[in-house]
Amino acid sequence: MIAPSKPKLTQAKIDATDARIKAITPPVVRGWSADLRADALSRLRAMGLPGPRDEYWKFTKPQSLVQPEAPKAAVFDAGEAQIFDGVDRVKIVFVDGVFDPEESDALAPNGVTIERLSQANSDIHWAKALYGKLETAGQDPVPRPLAALNTWAATDGLLIRVSGQTEKAVSIVYHHRDEASDVMMHHVIKLDDGAELTLLENGPAAARFNKVMEVEVGKGAKFHHVRAQGRDHERRAVTHIFARLKAEALFKSFTMTANGVLTRNECIIEMLGDDAVAHVAGACMGDGDFLHDDTVFVTHDALNCESRQVFKKVLRNGAKGVFQGKILVKAGAQKTDGYQLSQALLLDGDSEFLAKPELEIYADDVACSHGSTTGAIDEDALFYLRARGVSEAEATNLLTLAFLAQALEEIEDEALRDVLLERLSAWLDRRID
Amino acid sequence: MLEINNLHVKLEEEDKQILKGVDLKIEPGMVHAIMGPNGSGKSTLSYVLSGKGGYEVTEGSATLEGNDLLSMDPEARAAAGLFLAFQYPVEIPGVGNMTFLRTAVNSQRKARGEDELTAAEFLKAVREKAKSLKIDAEMLKRPVNVGFSGGEKKRNEILQMAMLEPKMCILDETDSGLDVDAMKLVSEGVNALRDGKRSFLVITHYQRLLDHIKPDVVHIMSNGRIIKTGGPELALDVEENGYKDLLAEAQA
Repeated sequence: MIAPSKPKLTQAKIDATDARIKAITPPVVRGWSADLRADALSRLRAMGLPGPRDEYWKFTKPQSLVQPEAPKAAVFDAGEAQIFDGVDRVKIVFVDGVFDPEESDALAPNGVTIERLSQANSDIHWAKALYGKLETAGQDPVPRPLAALNTWAATDGLLIRVSGQTEKAVSIVYHHRDEASDVMMHHVIKLDDGAELTLLENGPAAARFNKVMEVEVGKGAKFHHVRAQGRDHERRAVTHIFARLKAEALFKSFTMTANGVLTRNECIIEMLGDDAVAHVAGACMGDGDFLHDDTVFVTHDALNCESRQVFKKVLRNGAKGVFQGKILVKAGAQKTDGYQLSQALLLDGDSEFLAKPELEIYADDVACSHGSTTGAIDEDALFYLRARGVSEAEATNLLTLAFLAQALEEIEDEALRDVLLERLSAWLDRRID
Repeated sequence: MLEINNLHVKLEEEDKQILKGVDLKIEPGMVHAIMGPNGSGKSTLSYVLSGKGGYEVTEGSATLEGNDLLSMDPEARAAAGLFLAFQYPVEIPGVGNMTFLRTAVNSQRKARGEDELTAAEFLKAVREKAKSLKIDAEMLKRPVNVGFSGGEKKRNEILQMAMLEPKMCILDETDSGLDVDAMKLVSEGVNALRDGKRSFLVITHYQRLLDHIKPDVVHIMSNGRIIKTGGPELALDVEENGYKDLLAEAQA
């Protein structure tokens, strides 16, 4: 692979980066993470924050994620129960990035230790081997400066260490109550060999939310991640997942998004051990002033690994969808099975879907495929349903849900899948009434 | 039941007249068959009656029990009791057959101001009807028509018909793509729905289907018009001599 040359930063970019850094009061940090955070600041200055001319931000304008002040976002009450309320779980609640002890369960389920990043100030900590480390690894070949910014200045987050089987899911709930909140959170998750964890996340978190999650999945360990991003119409979010998989590890991440004026979800996966499996999927519904960007980078660097990307977007009234997905198969990563699917259903002529699927393969015995489609509702299917007495609106909903269902099938736990399907179905039905 | 007067239909997108004055009256409980060569307008008639887009009615009328069909949405026509068994049933990935059936049944009931079927009532009805059509639980679970064989698709159409209990059934080349056994099974399904009140319009190329579903009246359609009407013997005549003589007769 040819290392990309590092272009000299433009003065505009240096100025924008400085302005953002100056506007932040980083947390006072003692102990193990202090040096790691300082390193992140150097990385950030060397890269500069994303600007309008950056190739990696060609489809999604980074301005509102980069500017010093967060644009305000009205707090939105959807008038519905929290999505994972019915799930057996350990709940941890953050309100605009601030831990809420009243609403949170005790942080000690069996087989798991959970600490808050802001409270973990000892000199020695297991997270030291991961914090900012997976992020750093994920900066090559494409820089992800907003993640480095986060590693430097995140005010809180969870450090989750899983040593065995967990009987309950860990559920992080994010509330947004301050229309001007600008929040950075950073989670580090380590699954020891053979361990298993289901992590749930839901809620709008903040007016502007920058979140990084670094996950190391040990040999034979299983990590299930299901996320429902908050419905506040005006919120903005940029999130990064950096995952590292050892041999026979399983990583499954699913994200459901409805509303939010801007969402960029990046997922960077390194498959370093043989026979590992990584699936990342998403279903999103956008209406009106809405941009949703899934940016995925999967690196195969071991034998016989399987990766799948399945992203579905339903867009209307000028909503915009973006997919940038890449599978990189390194030399020697034989028997790789890579699959990538990104599809958009455009419910009218005003909406837009931009997709950039990429494969880069340096091994000769691999199976990699990608497909990307953009289309309208199937008129024949619509007529068939109507001819059976189903109203046009209901038929459209049924076909929309069917379109999204393929992404939801990536959720292994059927009960969780049904929870999300029900919620999606309720949202669609509400549009009829 | 169904009354069609002087129906003229052209394609919406191009200046092509497909139906050029169709007259047809079907009384309750009667089975009418329409036969005719390819391109005569048989399928167009079924689509226009059920409300498919892409066609423009330039003249004439079509009513179901006196109600103007042509001004209704397709779903309203279905709720009013019209059913079209498709020549090519559509595959709908991601929508389970059961969900589809239940949504259809309850949508129609709702539109007619009736109570929706409970899950238990629906299940009982669907199991009973599926059994007589040899549709197994697996087929009911699968997405609508996805991966179904030709015969399975047609049986699925008849199952929908049985569940929806329409007043006026149009069968558009239901025999196409069926082997002898499947045709028998489908015909039995149709015959089971004949109750003296429900009417049928059977569109077919071949007389064979009419051995199983016995018509009261047979029409021959050609070039957008019904050119001859008779009893079941007319179908036998076509089977023996083809359409050539009939077409020549009509032209003379």
